Amino acid sequence: MKIHEYQGKDILRQHNVAVPQGAVAFTADEAYEIAEKLGGGVVIVKAQIHAGGRGKGGGVKLAKNPAEAKAIAEKMLGMTLVTHQTGPEGKKVQRILIEEGMDIDRELYVGITLDRAKGKNAIMVSTEGGMEIEEVAEKTPEKIVKEWVSPDIGLQPFQARKLAFAIGLSGKQFKSGVKFLTSLYRAYDKNDCSLAEINPLVVTKDGNVLALDAKMNFDDSSLFRHKDIEELRDPNEEDVAETEARAADLSFIKLDGNVGCVVNGAGLAMATMDLVKHFGGEPANFLDIGGSSNPEKVINALKIIQRDKNVKSILFNIFGGITRCDDVANGIVEAFKKAKPEVPVVVRLTGTNEEEGKKILESVGLTAASSMEDVVKKAIELAG
Amino acid sequence: MSILINKDTRLIVQGITGRDGSFHTRQMKEYGTHIVAGVTPGKKGQFLDGIPVFNTVSDAKKETGGNTSVIYVPAPFAADAILEAVDAELDLVVCISEGVPANDMVRVAHHMRGRNTRLIGPNCPGLISPGQSKVGILPSQITKPGPVGVVSRSGTLTYEIVYQLTQANIGQSTCIGIGGDPIIGTNFIDTLSLFEKDPDTKCVVMIGEIGGTDEQEAAAFAQAEMKTPVIGFIAGKTAPPGKRMGHAGAIISGSSGTAAEKTRILNEKGIPVASIPSDIVPLVKKRLS
Repeated sequence: MKIHEYQGKDILRQHNVAVPQGAVAFTADEAYEIAEKLGGGVVIVKAQIHAGGRGKGGGVKLAKNPAEAKAIAEKMLGMTLVTHQTGPEGKKVQRILIEEGMDIDRELYVGITLDRAKGKNAIMVSTEGGMEIEEVAEKTPEKIVKEWVSPDIGLQPFQARKLAFAIGLSGKQFKSGVKFLTSLYRAYDKNDCSLAEINPLVVTKDGNVLALDAKMNFDDSSLFRHKDIEELRDPNEEDVAETEARAADLSFIKLDGNVGCVVNGAGLAMATMDLVKHFGGEPANFLDIGGSSNPEKVINALKIIQRDKNVKSILFNIFGGITRCDDVANGIVEAFKKAKPEVPVVVRLTGTNEEEGKKILESVGLTAASSMEDVVKKAIELAG
Repeated sequence: MSILINKDTRLIVQGITGRDGSFHTRQMKEYGTHIVAGVTPGKKGQFLDGIPVFNTVSDAKKETGGNTSVIYVPAPFAADAILEAVDAELDLVVCISEGVPANDMVRVAHHMRGRNTRLIGPNCPGLISPGQSKVGILPSQITKPGPVGVVSRSGTLTYEIVYQLTQANIGQSTCIGIGGDPIIGTNFIDTLSLFEKDPDTKCVVMIGEIGGTDEQEAAAFAQAEMKTPVIGFIAGKTAPPGKRMGHAGAIISGSSGTAAEKTRILNEKGIPVASIPSDIVPLVKKRLS
């Protein structure tokens, strides 16, 4: 799960990680008030959307005084911001962060994430702040320094010192840098983050080390023990269908094609999408109805897929294991009774209770396809 | 022959009295798995279809001589269940539970280093050695005994491929789902090295997907250490970057996790990669003849 920059900074503040002073505004008047409270001087106005590259897209502006902050806020709130991460349709700005301006001496980088290969969380730093870190990793890997954290003892002071030295901190900066890294790791660990990225981490001319930006993502599987973080979810930032799918306990990702896919199991769902593409079609979505046999899930799946008006046919690829074919078939029949899909539906059922499932389908005039390839080819043909 | 489980496997079911636990216990028993005990804290003295239930894994092991366990407990309690099985010094623990917090698994994996218990999963369908034993939730009717080892990060995609093999009259030595999470107990390399040591496994099908670099590392291992031929398949060619495709581990971040990159490396290391599932059977046939 993703949150906004200002929410990330609030969490960091709670864990004594140094961040600039500031607050979120939903209106231009609020922006004015916050700028005034910050001393009436220079502030930065930052669009809050769940995507990077905001600066280049015009989503980060400097204001010399509260009046200017208000004028910028009026323009920024409601604008559609297009960056390299939003896609061409962009994202509407509904919240802005007003933050004190600062004299920056240097821009650095620090990120914490899970290293799958090592099975440990890795904290990495670089002197190349403000750049895309993947680009740095590719072109100049020697400029990234990493430490791996042992889960039983946590990040040790010597590791934080190594990292602080590696990015050239000394004197007062070194002390604040070590404290920053130690506190950041604590914030990451306590909140079950999947990513905590500070890019840039800045050193100010007066020697302070602060998080100028903050990107914090959370492990979806851990949210059950972090209700406070679950509450930070901004539905405006998420695809409506994806939000609806999550509420219905379905795993759904919208794509750009016209062949809707309903599959049980993530691996089979990906393989089905790939097969659609292989035979010349374009998948409209990834959808995993999961392992349960609840007919309600099938009904919801059909509803969510049909929201997308590009969809011209829908295929079911069900391999029954825990999922029973007759339950899925019942779901399809019930969905047809409630609202017959406007586009053709083709079904493949194999595995547990396959024969019962096929009989149920026949009652609404559906014939099951003989294989995964068969159902994919039929769906592509029907999509035109 | 087979790997990890066989006729001598003595299974303990952790979470045996739960909905999933009891259902799959009956399925496994029907298949012929030797289930010696179940564990549900506080339910000592009960029986499920004649299988005695114990309060703790160590009690169950002491009383029945169980050597393997399978876990069907809800995700928030899964890490604890794994650690209990490790503490009881079982040989093998298979965790079916889906949605275990990543940090819980970081701690479990760290704790298990240097210990003798092997973990499979979490978030996996388990494994089956056709004709001998099944531990997990795989539908046994689609399998048959034979010479092909199957290892996969996925559940139903494994079933699809095993089904196609069986339909083509190609049996399996062991089919194993290692799990779709970023941190798992047994990875592709571990499984490949076990298949390599099994004289009855003549060919291995490795079913990978986007995310991470496990398949690439396994390919390098296969090239350097294996005589048994390996066939690959990678799901997720059409997956967009940055989106989690169901499995917590199936997310493209950077270029190394893409299907194209994995396919390229596998080919480079001498592993043929089937472009669609139905290409697997002919590739296997070629290796077996």
